[in-house]
Amino acid sequence: MATKHSRMSARLMISPAVLLLLGWMLIPLSMTLYFSFLRYNLLMPGMEEFTGLTNYRFFLTDPAFFAALWNTIALVVGVLVVTVIGGILLALLLDQPFFGQGIVRILVIAPFFVMPTVSALVWKNMFMNPVNGLFAHAAKALGLQPFDFLSSAPLASIIGIVSWQWLPFATLILLTALQSLDQEQLEAAEMDGAPWIKRFWYIMLPHLARAITVVILIQTIFLLSVFAEILVTTNGGPGTASTNLTYLIYMQSLLQFDVGGGSAGGVVAIILANIVAIFLMRMIGKNLDA
Amino acid sequence: MARSVSTRRKLITTVFAWAIGIAIFFPILWTILTSFKTEAAAIADPPVWFNFDWTVENYATVQERSNYFRHFMNSVIISGGSTLLGLIIAVPAAWSMAFVPAKRTKDVLMWMLSTKMLPPVGVLVPIYLLFRDLGLLDTRIGLVIVLTLINLPIIVWMLYTYFKEIPGEILEAARMDGASLRSEIIHVLTPMAIPGMASTVLLNIILAWNEAFWTLNLTAAKAAPLTAFIASYSSPEGLFYAKLSAASTMAIAPILIMGWFSQKQLVRGLTFGAVK
Repeated sequence: MATKHSRMSARLMISPAVLLLLGWMLIPLSMTLYFSFLRYNLLMPGMEEFTGLTNYRFFLTDPAFFAALWNTIALVVGVLVVTVIGGILLALLLDQPFFGQGIVRILVIAPFFVMPTVSALVWKNMFMNPVNGLFAHAAKALGLQPFDFLSSAPLASIIGIVSWQWLPFATLILLTALQSLDQEQLEAAEMDGAPWIKRFWYIMLPHLARAITVVILIQTIFLLSVFAEILVTTNGGPGTASTNLTYLIYMQSLLQFDVGGGSAGGVVAIILANIVAIFLMRMIGKNLDA
Repeated sequence: MARSVSTRRKLITTVFAWAIGIAIFFPILWTILTSFKTEAAAIADPPVWFNFDWTVENYATVQERSNYFRHFMNSVIISGGSTLLGLIIAVPAAWSMAFVPAKRTKDVLMWMLSTKMLPPVGVLVPIYLLFRDLGLLDTRIGLVIVLTLINLPIIVWMLYTYFKEIPGEILEAARMDGASLRSEIIHVLTPMAIPGMASTVLLNIILAWNEAFWTLNLTAAKAAPLTAFIASYSSPEGLFYAKLSAASTMAIAPILIMGWFSQKQLVRGLTFGAVK
């Protein structure tokens, strides 16, 4: 009796969360899907009509789409390479005994807590500005020509900024994983005369494999949606040089008021994100019972 | 047997680690320093490090010109409100999943997580139009709703992993002693769950405070939290580095402090328990 009763109340307790998330997912998603088949521009109210796949055809054949797709991939892969390799190196370093470990750890983690608009604007103005930025000052001091980062290499600069924000995340997770490594195993290998590189390659790296996968998948989910950093630094330019998919869809829907086209882009973005999500969900699902 | 390391090696590691730590932290340090400079000193070449006339004028200017405090309070209300609302919805859900697991509990959890994988831009248009039609654009309540919904899966997950660690026998013992469901929750469960709930709250405030997709797209002047307010510095007039730094320092300081306290929970919360 008691079990039945508690099962009932359990259902009741879980339902608000489930219903809200269901609504949050289904209502906007079905609207996006519906709009994507309409010719619908906010500047021409009352002219909406069904156009089938026209929006998709326009979106997917737009040269800006290919530029944005490429930029999205470059941004995700670029940041992943920097943060995963940097994160492994940093985690290995922070795992060593040294004085002031706690403080250094705090310093390294700090960028993760800086809001995206702040970190992007600080980097853009105080470091990368070709006249007043610190990098320009340093270049002049060395007798070099200052480099205009955000005009000459916009995507690479944004990759740099975003990497700075995400390096702490990768480091923290890899460090946590590294600290759960069985020390005796390492010591045994050391006593058997295995050099450091072999201990790293055959013991540490396999142990980290799972954490690295988690870092890659979770970061990919977030990096596909990088937005604020682009908005406040380059506005996607020059041209489409630093426009990613998220930014392209934003421009199409909220700046050009093309609801139909933006929605078609939204559907494409959802499909792309889902491909990554499936892998991530499998990883997490496997761990759920353990 | 503990690993013994020579003092020399430890010293070398110390120097190396500190150098890298300071380098990574440097942009934040530089922002804080610049916030106390005059605008002229902020762009001085060669740069001035500590030997400048320290001033707090920028902080006053930022407040005066753009009513900084209002945006700060918007951030507080939006991140605090969405966390509180999220907690109210998530605690019962996580509780029931952890202590009265059903066959489909795992599926429900995974499904909740999958909503988090939805790219926000995929639903930008409908949310924007719904907000426009409901009069929620540029309102704090609108942002509280959106941020509650996007962070709800993380709150449920984190609470679930914490609740899971509370031994079920304790609850059974309380039940045997005749405790009702209500008193079971209030007197047995809550005291044990408070640490986990505290770190969930902390992480969620951090995430909501720094959220910069919806806050930028759904607010204008009135309800803009700090993320959106700081973005207004992307089209500057005249010299503004010191003012930007002052506004930025105030925007990141509270979260930086909270973040440092929640390092450990961060890993669990952001990896959904996949790395502990």
